[in-house]
Amino acid sequence: MNTSNSTFVRTEMLPQKAPPITEAGAVKWMRENLFSSPLNVLLTVLGVGAVAYLVLHIAPWLSRSVWNAASLTECRQIIEARYGEGATGACWAVIRERWPQYLFGFYPQHLYWRPVLAFVLLCVAVAPVLFDKLPRKMLWFSLIYPAVGFWLLWGGSVWVPVAALAGFAIGYVAAQVVKPLAGTILATIAAVVTPVLWWLFLAGPAADAVHSVLPIALESVRSREFGGFILAFTIGFTGIAFSLPLGVMLALGRQSDMFIVNKLSVGFIEFIRGVPLITLLFTASLLLNYFLPPGTDFDIILRVIIMVVLFAAAYIAEVIRGGLAALPRGQYEAADALGLDYWKAQRLIIMPQALKISIPGIVSTFIGLFKDTTLVVFVGLLDPLKGITDAVRASTDWKGIYWEPYIFVGTIFFIFCFGMSRYSMYLESKLKTDHR
Amino acid sequence: MSEAIARHIDPSQMKVSDEVAIQITQMNKWYGTFHVLRDINMTVNRGERIVICGPSGSGKSTLIRCINRLEEHQQGQIIVDGTELTSDLKNIDKVRSEVGMVFQHFNLFPHLTILENLTLAPIWVRKTPKKEAEEVAMHYLRKVKIPEQAGKYPGQLSGGQQQRVAIARSLCMKPRIMLFDEPTSALDPEMIKEVLDTMIELAEEGMTMLCVTHEMGFAQAVANRVIFMDQGQIVEQNAPKEFFNNPQSDRTKLFLSQILGH
Repeated sequence: MNTSNSTFVRTEMLPQKAPPITEAGAVKWMRENLFSSPLNVLLTVLGVGAVAYLVLHIAPWLSRSVWNAASLTECRQIIEARYGEGATGACWAVIRERWPQYLFGFYPQHLYWRPVLAFVLLCVAVAPVLFDKLPRKMLWFSLIYPAVGFWLLWGGSVWVPVAALAGFAIGYVAAQVVKPLAGTILATIAAVVTPVLWWLFLAGPAADAVHSVLPIALESVRSREFGGFILAFTIGFTGIAFSLPLGVMLALGRQSDMFIVNKLSVGFIEFIRGVPLITLLFTASLLLNYFLPPGTDFDIILRVIIMVVLFAAAYIAEVIRGGLAALPRGQYEAADALGLDYWKAQRLIIMPQALKISIPGIVSTFIGLFKDTTLVVFVGLLDPLKGITDAVRASTDWKGIYWEPYIFVGTIFFIFCFGMSRYSMYLESKLKTDHR
Repeated sequence: MSEAIARHIDPSQMKVSDEVAIQITQMNKWYGTFHVLRDINMTVNRGERIVICGPSGSGKSTLIRCINRLEEHQQGQIIVDGTELTSDLKNIDKVRSEVGMVFQHFNLFPHLTILENLTLAPIWVRKTPKKEAEEVAMHYLRKVKIPEQAGKYPGQLSGGQQQRVAIARSLCMKPRIMLFDEPTSALDPEMIKEVLDTMIELAEEGMTMLCVTHEMGFAQAVANRVIFMDQGQIVEQNAPKEFFNNPQSDRTKLFLSQILGH
């Protein structure tokens, strides 16, 4: 074929050939990813060495696990009998024996079915929120679940959670009544103020009154009896469920043109972000008692949950503000130009996009919140990591056990946090519609 | 000059009624201390097609954005379809649902499909049943010649297609007045024609239109009045033929020589 000539016509097409061996398969992958330069070779060797070192030290300990023993001494005897003098191994028997305590703390044993049922129902309530393929009608159950879960966990009269739920219905009705009479702003205020008044002054007496007529109740469980993972889950999931809507409201407040709303939101966010969570928890457990009228029995878990919600909401508000700032002004203008009012524009146009942008930040905040539930140990609640583990290690049977309880609790936290992280990635890819 | 307007249109055939659609009297607006709009007086009759042109920063966009109160004016009066624009939110929402607006950068909602973009306002503002809103939406999508894109997201469409969707989105609200804010300025030359064709069709149907644009071919073909603005004031307005062939003010002459000169 003569190519020096500037005219050229191909007469036969070239067949496909296999690439050279260095350009395909495992060899190519290793060349590119592990040994592409001297520095990379060095890093590969060091990295493999570090992993090998860790595995060689942990694997024998893990492989000599004991699952059945009544005490740490028995555990050690079994390991020495099996693997010879001086051998060490993991003693998971402690988890097996203290399993109920890790899950339920000092929750009364004959009532274990209640937190279990509450957890199962929690999964049912959360499912339609997480996966939009499920029927939308299930969301109604998700909405009333907080009351159901509360009743199952704490027991008492059924009318207390019902009265609490009624507050939301009252707020909705108030907004619907006020809106045609006095406009959107006053309707929004009515939707906030009437339920608060109801909860503060009327909900308690109303629940008592109905209860005296129609007593339906479960055996009460006091908050001090909660502990372990039901405590962490109760605080964690309630915190997550309530901090997101509050965070959205705070973010909108901070963007608002209304001077007072704006300054209150800014002040609240900056104050809450400026103090450590422990400070807020101490405030919840100690200081609140000074401010509340004497004799008020304000539940300690409820107080902690309120503080955790406020804490996470301040962070979420800032994350969402970032999402709002990333939206082009044109989106607001297009919504306005079509005649959508403020709340419709927020709900249909602005928030779906701002929340989508903020997903990674929001989920990070949730993960932080969930792990921070272990801090309640500082206000005397039995969190799984330190509270229950200290109780276990204080017993004569398990005195001196160290790694196993922490590894176990850490693993459980890891599973949930990793799950949240994976879910957020799934959600991001599902909501990706901009095709950039 | 744009070759977009190839077919023969006779603007004098398009009717203009005596009914007033927009009345602006002694309107003034400031950004901070900067006086952007100065003593604007303007009456638009129903069925009129007005092209507003002028150098950048002359206040032409601001003027039409005042008409649906995306911008607030501080002095004077704007009456749209018999409703005066004041800080009363109810009036503003009423005017906005009667006045359609098309933006330079389309401003479609990227998280919604084309069909959802079109049905959103009819469903949530007009309370139209979903099915009916979808039928209307498909009708307008056929009209702008992209019904096959209904299930896609805005990011999957070309600029010209997006702008036609944006026009259809406004039309779904059955507006009596349409505002266009440089609708072709962000488009590739090849796509300008498809958008202008859609706008010409609208004009032929008797829509009241105010259009900020540099497409002088469009102005000559469909406008019955051209308004030239500079430094926040109306410098000259006239029928297109007069405006282009016989401009009166020196500022207009300079402007026209610059945009038509090459």
